[in-house]
Amino acid sequence: MSQQEGKMKSLEAKVVVLGSQGVGKTSVVIRYVGGMFSKAVSPTIGASFFTYKLNLENYRVKLQVWDTAGQERFRSMAPMYYRKANAAMLVYDISSSDSFYDIKEWVSELKRNVDTPIVLCLVGNKCDLEDGRKVSFTDAQEYAESIDALFFETSALKNTGIEEAFLVVAKKLIKLYETTLTSGLNILDSSFPYDESEHPSSNIHVESSGQKSTNKESSSSGCAC
Amino acid sequence: MAETREAEQSQISDPDGEELMEKNAPGDSKNSMLIASDSFENIDIDCVEEFEIKKHKGGLIHQIVKQTSKEEQDEVAKENDDQNSAKSDLSIGEDSSEDQGEIFETKDIAEALDETLNPGNGPISSHITDEDVNSPEWRSQRKHIFIFSDSGKPVYSRYGNEDKLVTLFGVMQALVSFIQVSGDVIRSIIAGEHRFVFLIREHLILVGVSNGTDSTQQVLMQLTYLYNQVLSVLTSTSLQKIYKQRRNYDLRRQLSGAEKFLDSLLNMMETEPGFLLGAVRCLPLESTVRDMIAQSIVQHAKVKDLVFTLMIANSQLVTLVRMKKYYLHPMDLHIIINLINAAESFKAAESWTPICLPKFDSSGFLQAHISYLDEDCQTCLILLTVDRESFFTLSECKNRIQERLVKYNGLQAISDSLRKNSYSIQDCKISDLRHFLYKSKSTAQYTSPELEAPYLTQPEQERLFGLYQFLHQRIHSLSRPLKILYHVGPYETLLGWVTQGFELYAVFGPLVTKPLAINAINKLLAYIKREENRLFILNSVTF
Ligand SMILES: Nc1nc2c(ncn2[C@@H]2O[C@H](COP(=O)(O)OP(=O)(O)OP(=O)(O)O)[C@@H](O)[C@H]2O)c(=O)[nH]1
Ligand SMILES: [Mg+2]
Repeated sequence: MSQQEGKMKSLEAKVVVLGSQGVGKTSVVIRYVGGMFSKAVSPTIGASFFTYKLNLENYRVKLQVWDTAGQERFRSMAPMYYRKANAAMLVYDISSSDSFYDIKEWVSELKRNVDTPIVLCLVGNKCDLEDGRKVSFTDAQEYAESIDALFFETSALKNTGIEEAFLVVAKKLIKLYETTLTSGLNILDSSFPYDESEHPSSNIHVESSGQKSTNKESSSSGCAC
Repeated sequence: MAETREAEQSQISDPDGEELMEKNAPGDSKNSMLIASDSFENIDIDCVEEFEIKKHKGGLIHQIVKQTSKEEQDEVAKENDDQNSAKSDLSIGEDSSEDQGEIFETKDIAEALDETLNPGNGPISSHITDEDVNSPEWRSQRKHIFIFSDSGKPVYSRYGNEDKLVTLFGVMQALVSFIQVSGDVIRSIIAGEHRFVFLIREHLILVGVSNGTDSTQQVLMQLTYLYNQVLSVLTSTSLQKIYKQRRNYDLRRQLSGAEKFLDSLLNMMETEPGFLLGAVRCLPLESTVRDMIAQSIVQHAKVKDLVFTLMIANSQLVTLVRMKKYYLHPMDLHIIINLINAAESFKAAESWTPICLPKFDSSGFLQAHISYLDEDCQTCLILLTVDRESFFTLSECKNRIQERLVKYNGLQAISDSLRKNSYSIQDCKISDLRHFLYKSKSTAQYTSPELEAPYLTQPEQERLFGLYQFLHQRIHSLSRPLKILYHVGPYETLLGWVTQGFELYAVFGPLVTKPLAINAINKLLAYIKREENRLFILNSVTF
């Protein structure tokens, strides 16, 4: 760690992962948070909650990741998660054009319902399935530009692009925090101890340094089986 | 082959002088946390009765939300709005207009059957197999289950692909509506070895076809469970809404991914006696340990709007803490256990999911915080609330409960109990007694020993389950209910006994005599009484 402990600020941000059933949302998150891939991952019920901590620039960033279920019956729950999110990962499967079209619905829904600034990141997963590709890189990239979103192709299986995608999202979150005053981001005064339990709120939190620092880089609540 | 003899009695004394002594039922409690239930109580015999939702105007969930104190009234109003809007949130999606043409008119059977030649292009079912009505494998299945809408649209088939069975669905729908037209209701058909049982609910028709040991009533009970499982995923409100908007809606779209819960529920009902008995099994634990666990929950999860908190390990109830005014129905508990068993995803991380408990309130969702407390994912904590925004609060509660259970070795005690198995029939020290099921009626809990020889192989276990089904069905026969049944079969002797306080089903070796059996039962009751604090949850803890 090159930064001096005392200068580190803590930033807490909520990230919601959206996309159709089976595109690999959970696989991507588990690859990032848990560093592994399991063929036997089962469909998400409701939503699963993960946290990930990383140090970036002079911030200790804690990402609270909501991995949502793609099954149709959970569609109506989504607002609960994206309404409070600071970033949204929009995941499709490069071998399914339907899953790409669904992204467009998600985007228009977000545009309609979210009025705080939100970092968008388009993620074309399963890029190891080049043979079955249905969504071209350039189409996706153009679309990403048109909605002002970051864009990455990833493979949870081969571990490509995932680390980078989250890293760039985290950077953009920091930038968002530093540049946008009306972003709904909270700055917590360093003289007040920050009690997490009282602030399960929607915004990015910045807490002062010198707080209890966890050595653990990542933790998924529950167990890793 | 040995002959079959039996004796039925409505008197408690035995002509041979031995007497079954009706003492206090072991495991009895005036203070139950579950709703006491009779077997079959859950089945509405009159299937076409007005839809259950009418009973629940406003619903319990609504009530709890309203209870919030007066200062919060404004907030409450908003919350209620949220709730309402949450319910109406359900997106039915703009279905492509293609299948608008395929309306099955109830009267027009010929047309419906015609349809079958062009299966619709609904979502692909998760259990695609090439099996259809003509495949020998499909035909030889012991129990088929079909669910379809009252317009005949397939919703679920246990085996085979619904789209390939469209003809069959059409015929079943035609049968139902043909009889409905004459102002009557079809309940069951017996054809050779097969029993066709119909459960007709508003919008949905469920059919069970069995050539196994289950009785019509038992199949009806299974269908009721399946219907409740559907409600648990969708709520009755949205089911109503969906079909009101589009009578011909393909429900598989909404159920996509939930078929596995129907599958697993069916499998569980074929092996787990709790469904038959309308009771749950508790994890055996010293009562001091169980109290400590319950107290950890009471102290650390005292959160407004939290309705139920339960802990489940290997399908067995460890503890349940409830809001003072509300009770959990064993049927709802079975739905929760099925969810936990069938959804692997809860093992990966803390989860937050809506769940409808149909017996509690079929009109809306509770929100569930679900997590495992140990590395091996054995002990599952479920917090059920009406507050959709309380994930982080509940997550904190979970951490504190977990900390306390680690500190006081609660998790260790649970895992020890799981490893040790329940108890052996040998522990009861009763010769000739091979196995039994004992249900305490007032607490809706049951206990039974481990399966031991000769019930170690799967066919033998299935046969034993069949014996219990038989005994249960004879005792609860609608036309001729019995209090006691003593039945000598070719391989074992069965004794069933039902009193106000309990139901007991016991299996003996074939050579036992009636006095011996009666003596054994009295000894067994004494054994259960001695162990009742460990085997049952006798006090009900509330927030
Ligand atoms: N080839 C390949 N398969 C993948 C990749 N990521 C996920 N999968 C597979 O895709 C399937 C679905 O993955 P999940 O991670 O469960 O998908 P999901 O988006 O979380 O699905 P829901 O929770 O139902 O919305 C699984 O069989 C994964 O093994 C990938 O990068 N490459
Ligand atoms: Mg998932």
